[in-house]
Amino acid sequence: MRVVVCVKHVPDIQSERRFRADGLLERGGDDDTLNELDEDALEAGLRLVEAHPPAEGDDPHDVVVLTVGPAAAVDALRRGLAMGATTAVHVLDAGVEGSDALATARVLGAAVAALHAESPVDVVVAGMAGLDGLTSLVPAALAAVLDWPQLTLADRIDVDPAARTVEVRRETSTAVETLTAPLPVVVSVTDQAFRARFPAFTGILAARKAPVRVLDLAALGLDPATVGLQGSTTRVLETSERPERPDRVLVTDDGSAALALADYLAQKGFA
Amino acid sequence: MSTTVLVLVDHEGARVHPTATELLTLARSLADDVRAVWIDEGPTGPDAAARELLGRFGASGVVPVQVTGADPHLTATVVDGLRAVLGAVPASLLLLGSTFEDREVAARLAVLTGGGVVTGATTVVRDGDGRFVAGKEVLAGSWSSRCAITGDLAVVTVKPHSTQAVPVDAPVAAVAAEPVVVEASAAARAVTVVERAPRPASDRPSLADAEVVVVGGRGTNGDFAPLEELADVLGGAVGATRVATDEGWIGHEAQVGQTGVTISPRLYVGAGVSGAVHHRGGMDAAVTVVAVNEDPDAPIFEFADYGIVGDLTEVVPALTQELRRRREARAGS
Ligand SMILES: Cc1cc2nc3c(=O)[nH]c(=O)nc-3n(C[C@H](O)[C@H](O)[C@H](O)COP(=O)(O)OP(=O)(O)OC[C@H]3O[C@@H](n4cnc5c(N)ncnc54)[C@H](O)[C@@H]3O)c2cc1C
Ligand SMILES: Nc1ncnc2c1ncn2[C@@H]1O[C@H](COP(=O)(O)O)[C@@H](O)[C@H]1O
Repeated sequence: MRVVVCVKHVPDIQSERRFRADGLLERGGDDDTLNELDEDALEAGLRLVEAHPPAEGDDPHDVVVLTVGPAAAVDALRRGLAMGATTAVHVLDAGVEGSDALATARVLGAAVAALHAESPVDVVVAGMAGLDGLTSLVPAALAAVLDWPQLTLADRIDVDPAARTVEVRRETSTAVETLTAPLPVVVSVTDQAFRARFPAFTGILAARKAPVRVLDLAALGLDPATVGLQGSTTRVLETSERPERPDRVLVTDDGSAALALADYLAQKGFA
Repeated sequence: MSTTVLVLVDHEGARVHPTATELLTLARSLADDVRAVWIDEGPTGPDAAARELLGRFGASGVVPVQVTGADPHLTATVVDGLRAVLGAVPASLLLLGSTFEDREVAARLAVLTGGGVVTGATTVVRDGDGRFVAGKEVLAGSWSSRCAITGDLAVVTVKPHSTQAVPVDAPVAAVAAEPVVVEASAAARAVTVVERAPRPASDRPSLADAEVVVVGGRGTNGDFAPLEELADVLGGAVGATRVATDEGWIGHEAQVGQTGVTISPRLYVGAGVSGAVHHRGGMDAAVTVVAVNEDPDAPIFEFADYGIVGDLTEVVPALTQELRRRREARAGS
């Protein structure tokens, strides 16, 4: 089985995050980390192959971690290798900077297609959101780019290698569903069901020296006009730090706080 | 040149979801021609009551859509329907809600049409060049941004309550156009629904669109009953932090935050909630934030409009009781 896990390197959400003057998020700081939700995606990918040990004589499984991002994003790949991924692929090209979610999906799609052409990919796993932009657009966009079925926000994934199908369980805003589709597919996972493993120390050491394959736009056959700022169909015009909420009240309860709060709510029209 | 704006109507059977009235109100501020898109299992479209409602909030017409051969709730199916509508009714903007499903529809549609997407917008305006510009809160509510959409089709997912639904002056029921009936694409047909169990309906408003949300965290110690009572007097919904859902104190669908439901109520009440950044990212669009926490240094007090340092097991029931007392006094007078 060959599984590709999409991982993103993002600014740590506990850190002081900022936008640059050109409207792009400041990236590449020391606090940047592997998007936590992609650790769950990798965990799901690892469990998928672990559930089906290769038969005698079959090719070993391959779990590829794939990222599109600046040079520093290699750290996300190393973390993925430490957790147990077997291959790391980094799409690195100055022309990628400024890509919005859809342009990013085009680059990821070209990279998955290139890997698929070399040796078939069965499942692409993505996280439920990048904790930077929080758009949750990329997985569905990637499925559209590849023209593969999408099974998103799964909290259970079972592959049937013989039937070449995958079944997922997911909760939507209105229902709990079980869906199936033929391989290859794009799945995304929630943060509920795949609590990520900690890398072993030996894994961390090995990951430091493991090779990382770097691909640029030319290698993917991508026209630079379709990616980056010029290939994006959204343009940030302005970003600004929000002012604190004005007129904030903080009281310590002396037994009367509930009454005062009832007054406040009445004044706001809620009671 | 006249502009047409499409609004994807969220509905369960004949019942129109309240977000549709907000989206129609917003759409009206951007174009004269506003069409409601009604995707359903059959081609008949909304009933008279629903058409009256859609018309009252500004839909000049309804486009009933049926996609045959695939499950109507799947993202790919909905997108098949929308593409067919766009073929019949050229539009420059599509507005839809902000659930995960809506965002996926937006992503797929934009990829297939060369459009551009902004998710979780709270404002949409048109600039001097005729481009649609969406405003939203980003980085867990600590920054705002404005983003222009340059693609052929602007697709904007809008947060609940960011526009107040206002009826038109002289309402007329929206006229249903000829239904658009299309066959599902291979992508939609590739996915099979083995099982779908609708969530049991609750008497409380749904979390995502409630005007008032009472959220409980670890500080509740698992007892959500006082929060439910408070939510009931305020006519609101109950939400939770991930700690509370992980503990199994309440269902996972109640989780508010970056990886749970995004809420934008008029009133948020957090009890025993620390205000972690993951949580804040899903609620910072709330208009008024009230917090009860026994720790004066809890981060939630940095962004609460009204904070009480105190024990929620005392403050919350006392508040509920006081609100009830006032209501009864009003009813009695
Ligand atoms: C990838 C990722 C995604 C996440 N997504 C989400 C998400 O979507 N939503 C979410 O909520 N969290 C999310 N989290 C978890 C988040 O980081 C916090 O851990 C969580 O929000 C904290 O929940 P809490 O406020 O209930 O608990 P705590 O942080 O433990 O806070 C409990 C508070 O209750 C107060 N308290 C205790 N007893 C009382 C009392 N009797 N009266 C009054 N106050 C009392 C305490 O002072 C404390 O401030 C995510 C985490 C990760 C890593
Ligand atoms: N630049 C990227 N490189 C690799 N994977 C990505 C990238 N951006 C997004 N993804 C994947 O898409 C998921 C959703 O991201 P987003 O749509 O940006 O919220 C993430 O959890 C990742 O799995």
